[in-house]
Amino acid sequence: MPQIFHPSANTISRFSIYGCAIIVAVLSFALYEIGQSPYYTRQNLPQPQPVPFSHRHHAAELGIDCRYCHDTVETSAFAGIPSTQTCMTCHSQIWTNSPMLKPVRDSYETGRSISWTRVNALPDFAYFNHSIHVAKGIGCTTCHGAIGTMTLTWQATTMQMSWCLGCHREPEKYVRPRDQVFNINYRPPPNQMALGRKLVREYKIQSLTSCDTCHR
Amino acid sequence: MTPEGVQKIAEADSPIPPLPPGSTYATVSDTISSIVLGQRRRPGWFIGFAFSFLLVLLLFASISYLFVKGVGIWGVNIPIAWGFAIVNFVWWIGIGHAGTLISAILLLLHQRWRTSINRFAEAMTLFAVSCAALFPVLHLGRPWLFYWLFPYYPNYMKVWPQFRSPLVWDVFAVSTYATVSLLFWYVGLIPDLATLRDRAKSRTKQIIYGIMAMGWRGSAIHWSRYEIASLLLAGLATPLVISVHTIVSYDFTIAILPGWHSTIFPPYFVAGAVYSGFAMVLTLAIPLRKFYHLEEFITPKHLENCAKVMLATGMIVAYGYVMETFMAFYSGNVFDKYMILNRMFGPYWWVYSAVILCNVLLPQALWSRRVRRNIYGLFALSLIINIGMWLERFMIVVVSLSRDFTPSAWGMYMPTRWDWAILAGSFGLFASLFYLFIRYLPAISIFEMRHELAEEKKEI
Repeated sequence: MPQIFHPSANTISRFSIYGCAIIVAVLSFALYEIGQSPYYTRQNLPQPQPVPFSHRHHAAELGIDCRYCHDTVETSAFAGIPSTQTCMTCHSQIWTNSPMLKPVRDSYETGRSISWTRVNALPDFAYFNHSIHVAKGIGCTTCHGAIGTMTLTWQATTMQMSWCLGCHREPEKYVRPRDQVFNINYRPPPNQMALGRKLVREYKIQSLTSCDTCHR
Repeated sequence: MTPEGVQKIAEADSPIPPLPPGSTYATVSDTISSIVLGQRRRPGWFIGFAFSFLLVLLLFASISYLFVKGVGIWGVNIPIAWGFAIVNFVWWIGIGHAGTLISAILLLLHQRWRTSINRFAEAMTLFAVSCAALFPVLHLGRPWLFYWLFPYYPNYMKVWPQFRSPLVWDVFAVSTYATVSLLFWYVGLIPDLATLRDRAKSRTKQIIYGIMAMGWRGSAIHWSRYEIASLLLAGLATPLVISVHTIVSYDFTIAILPGWHSTIFPPYFVAGAVYSGFAMVLTLAIPLRKFYHLEEFITPKHLENCAKVMLATGMIVAYGYVMETFMAFYSGNVFDKYMILNRMFGPYWWVYSAVILCNVLLPQALWSRRVRRNIYGLFALSLIINIGMWLERFMIVVVSLSRDFTPSAWGMYMPTRWDWAILAGSFGLFASLFYLFIRYLPAISIFEMRHELAEEKKEI
């Protein structure tokens, strides 16, 4: 009976078996990395806004406190996007004819809000409350990054569950004294672990890794 | 008691009929492989396959609509949060167990009557497990996240699945079962695929069967490796027959619901699985042997042995029913007592009656040798038992959920047309896969039949 396959079939079969295994591994790795990448997480991508608001100018150069605009961060789950009135507290007197600020003036006159593009967003199935984090010593820049360097605002972290768990499992790595929460230039001290453990006890940080803390 | 002694007792009343006189290795191979290689094509196959494929299309349509609209299109609601999807899952997985029992356990017990039925029974297992595996994915609220059930690491959430949950154990049980069954079936197929490769007339068939046969030469080394692999896989598959449906039963026993929280479930489910599985084997074997003229291989004695296993497991299932009822009253627990009374006399009393009729009363006819030897009787009983076992799963899942502890939480289950559509579609999937199997792969193990012939010749 004549052979059905050429002798090269031996090589082809070995190559394809190992090749398939390697391709599956490479594909899995690639898919995982894509899922971690800014394409999916929107990390480090400045978002275009109707008005090119610069946190670097307002928060770092002018020294305006975060709470001046994000005024409900200490009392509410939502930190609050400022209303046009807040912008006009200064811009009714400064840069009053600037073309960059025209949408702000139009909004003030017509009463229609500015449609800001949301930069930091969690999915609806994850419950997040700003006020408890701020009250327990988590600083703004811990999660929102070096906001004082951002001319246009971007999401500084991946905001994936694994990132949240990184702190929720070990809050002593990230907690800071309450009076430093709104300091955008704060750097963790060399004794962060010792300080952190002390603050976790002092601020009574608890119940962080139960599923229903965030998935209510 | 040696295996040979067991064998002799099994054959005492009437041994397995030998193959017809004049059978040779060539005629055995011819009869079985000609179904595949085209000389004995049947128009009925095409009609059957076309009808099954229509049901498969219905299945795809229903699944698409389900993914778009969500599980609300089904009749599930509070309190009956598990409906047809879980009933179908348990039923299909149960059916698969008979194939593995025939392939693995009967192999290790040296039961020769398994030879002609084990190939298509194992195929039946694989297709049943495929149908079953759909349902846990479909019944998820976000089915596209089904892969979260597998403990893959690293993941973006840095959490493991809930290892304390039987729903996660199911993932391991069913995927192990599917893998081992597939391997066992495929390894067993290799010598037959080589037979088909060697007998194929067209170049395409030669290449396809040749690739699938993986270079099998039939040399002594190959056969030696085959025997070892086969025994190892049989050894791996044997505990799965017991463990897989035990794990599936834990889906229910872990809950505190009356009617579910029962320690009899693991053996009762496994027996029920083998019961419905053998019923499905008969439902498939009887038309197969008739339409493809395989009566010389699948003899009435084979069918009778299947019927005996059915009867035995049916008695275990009946014992399970009796014990549940007894324990409900013996426990003195008001909720368990009510659960049994509700099953028998509540709004679903007709399900209970049908279950007792189909699973306990009618199969008692199998005590009679005349019924066990009657092909039409066996076929009818196999259908009745399959329906009865589906209703029993319905009874366990739905009736227990419909009335639990507080009367304010009671409710009824109304299956919607999509529930029925997916059930019918799963039948279509099973049937289509089976039709394709009959058409393209040898439905009976060719080399094992040749081995049978050799054994018979030695005895003469």
